[in-house]
Amino acid sequence: MYKILHKEVLSETVKLMILEAPLVAHKAKAGQFVIVRIDETGERIPLTIADFDAEKGTVTIIFQEVGKSTLQMGQLEEGEYFENVVGPLGHATEIKNYGKVVMVAGGVGIAPIFPIARALKQAGNHVTVIMGARNKSLLFWEDRMRAETDEVILCTDDGSYGRKALITEPLKEILEQNKDIAQVWAIGPSIMMKFASLTTKPFNVPTLVSLNTIMVDGTGMCGGCRVVMDSGAKFVCVDGPEFDGHHVDWDLLLARLSFFKTEEQAATEEWKEKDHKCRTDSLFEAGIKAGQNG
Amino acid sequence: MAKKIVPFKVPMSEQPACERVHNYQEVPLGYTPEQAMEEARRCLQCAKPTCMDGCPVNVNIPGFLALVADGDFQGAVNMIKKTNALPAITGRVCPQEVQCEGVCVLNKKFEPVGIGRLESFVADWEAKQGKISAPEAPTQSGKKVAIVGSGPAGLTAAADLARMGHQVNVFEALHEPGGVLVYGIPEFRLPKAIVKREVDYVKSLGAQVQLDFIVGAVATLDELLEKYDAILLGTGAGLPWFMGLPGENLGGVYSSNEYLTRVNLMKAYRDDYDTPVSRGTRVLTIGGGNTAMDASRTALRLGAKESIIVYRRSRAELPARAEEVHHAEQEGVQFNLLTTPIAFHGKDGRVTALECIKNELGEPDASGRRKPVPIEGSNFFIEADVMVIAIGQSPSPLIANTTPELETRKNGTVTADSASMKTSKKGVFAAGDIITGGATVILAMGQAKLAAKAIDEYLQTGIW
Repeated sequence: MYKILHKEVLSETVKLMILEAPLVAHKAKAGQFVIVRIDETGERIPLTIADFDAEKGTVTIIFQEVGKSTLQMGQLEEGEYFENVVGPLGHATEIKNYGKVVMVAGGVGIAPIFPIARALKQAGNHVTVIMGARNKSLLFWEDRMRAETDEVILCTDDGSYGRKALITEPLKEILEQNKDIAQVWAIGPSIMMKFASLTTKPFNVPTLVSLNTIMVDGTGMCGGCRVVMDSGAKFVCVDGPEFDGHHVDWDLLLARLSFFKTEEQAATEEWKEKDHKCRTDSLFEAGIKAGQNG
Repeated sequence: MAKKIVPFKVPMSEQPACERVHNYQEVPLGYTPEQAMEEARRCLQCAKPTCMDGCPVNVNIPGFLALVADGDFQGAVNMIKKTNALPAITGRVCPQEVQCEGVCVLNKKFEPVGIGRLESFVADWEAKQGKISAPEAPTQSGKKVAIVGSGPAGLTAAADLARMGHQVNVFEALHEPGGVLVYGIPEFRLPKAIVKREVDYVKSLGAQVQLDFIVGAVATLDELLEKYDAILLGTGAGLPWFMGLPGENLGGVYSSNEYLTRVNLMKAYRDDYDTPVSRGTRVLTIGGGNTAMDASRTALRLGAKESIIVYRRSRAELPARAEEVHHAEQEGVQFNLLTTPIAFHGKDGRVTALECIKNELGEPDASGRRKPVPIEGSNFFIEADVMVIAIGQSPSPLIANTTPELETRKNGTVTADSASMKTSKKGVFAAGDIITGGATVILAMGQAKLAAKAIDEYLQTGIW
């Protein structure tokens, strides 16, 4: 059992939790992920580690409520427990002095980008972060990101905060104006990572993406997470989660991601229909209000 | 006086095939005490029992059969447990036809004694009494052993080492102990309540099990060696093989590991569990081993209208246990033999058909089995919406990658001495599929027993 020590509502659908998981915290590095399970009947859910504290023995996760399992997770409160937290899984990001780097974070991807950006800055890199989301209410950690990096550019699809633009626009401008960008990271929804990779390709700037595919065990046992690279199929859980975005077969990846869409929608509908209706709706309303007022 | 020979086994009643394809309950219904005694009396009590030579863990087979024949079931189970900590499991999953029963003297002309059935009978009988007997706690040696993996090898070694008085900690990466017994072998073949019972028995001997602990990620072998006097690697063969064929990564194409883990460990077949699995209307399983039989029979229980095995050799070469093939056929699994897949075809990212080529049998290959030779131009398509690749697996590279001095072969298996199970790294032993690649539960258990003995010696003498 793994205790929830702290919970924060970052936006209408994005929540942060600090979990007591000393064994994971002791070994965690930026770029790695954990698998959590709410209870006996729950799925195994992979989540990138957003932050960790080896001394306190804690791991921070941030997740967006997109379906039954994440909605249910969002209802857990401080003092309650996850049945399982296992990790750290996958390879850590290679932290070294690349020179000038750009980090592109889309939506909930802000969470995994943060520890990597911080570590890269500490390693001597000049770090620019582009944070984008559909609207203002989905953006979080602007202050933390500003405190740990050199420059933060904000954009929203609807213009409710920062530039009204997709992240590809400022990314392209930076690459046009700076011929010395050594490396780009893009983490967020797969479609965003695809277009970030397409944007950097003509500039020949190496671009790493952190893939979050369908997964069961997270230890290389099921192969459900396989992704096709130019060089052949790889397992996201043990070969990744970071891959060269210029060599990922994005269309296949997107198709595999949507494989359980029907089942997921049905489970989510059923969850909302049942006894959780009131609670979820009031949460959504509160979130929307917070978004409108903020 | 010569004993009267009874040519056939006492029949075992089974759930009818038409019923059982709609549930996950075990297929054989088990013997009654009277039936068990009658079957045990068929044993000729040979002066030189060949059956024992056929058993990788040397169960005293004639000894326990004599006790069953006398109705002393507790005595029988105690005798088995001297060398086999998991009788309810091995009675169900051992390939008896090539081991004890295969070499039973009766088998030359008649049916062999139903040794497997009787082994699981006495183990189940003991469980029904509500009290599982554990031997008296031995004097503690003060030595600590880390066992990596809680599958058949890990549990067997844990039981033996605990009984030798060592402190045993078993590390398991998943959220349930049991390894392949819980993620791989389906409920209808090995009820999970039985696995839990056997795990509890091993715990009752003093072994501790830590879940959610991935050795290689949370701690390296060197880090474990700072706290433990010896390590046994029993991590199995968890890396699924794919075929590298076009279209293999389309949605709906599963490794058998993924398909079975979703259903067995994550219980996707139950409405009250959240993990999804594609139920499919026509399911193809590629491969001919026990795992392929498990997957094809699972597909029927998930509601597939048709379940078809695609295997490249002929029926005679099927590597699965005879009983599994028999059960699969009874349940309506179709066999597309002498057939090799060459490409997966799909639409909108989902698989829709498997392109295959027909084979004929050629000369025997390195495995001694006749080799499939493709017949040119015989390509054909089998339409299906779910396909399961069950062609084998090799050990996960997770530990080897973080332990450079651990010697491995090209196929990822760890090298170990066949008698002492010592690896190339001091203090580290290995047993089971991690050294053999995908094999059987009982072979893993046999190696684990050798390893436990060698570990005990090493702990006492310190000699590597």
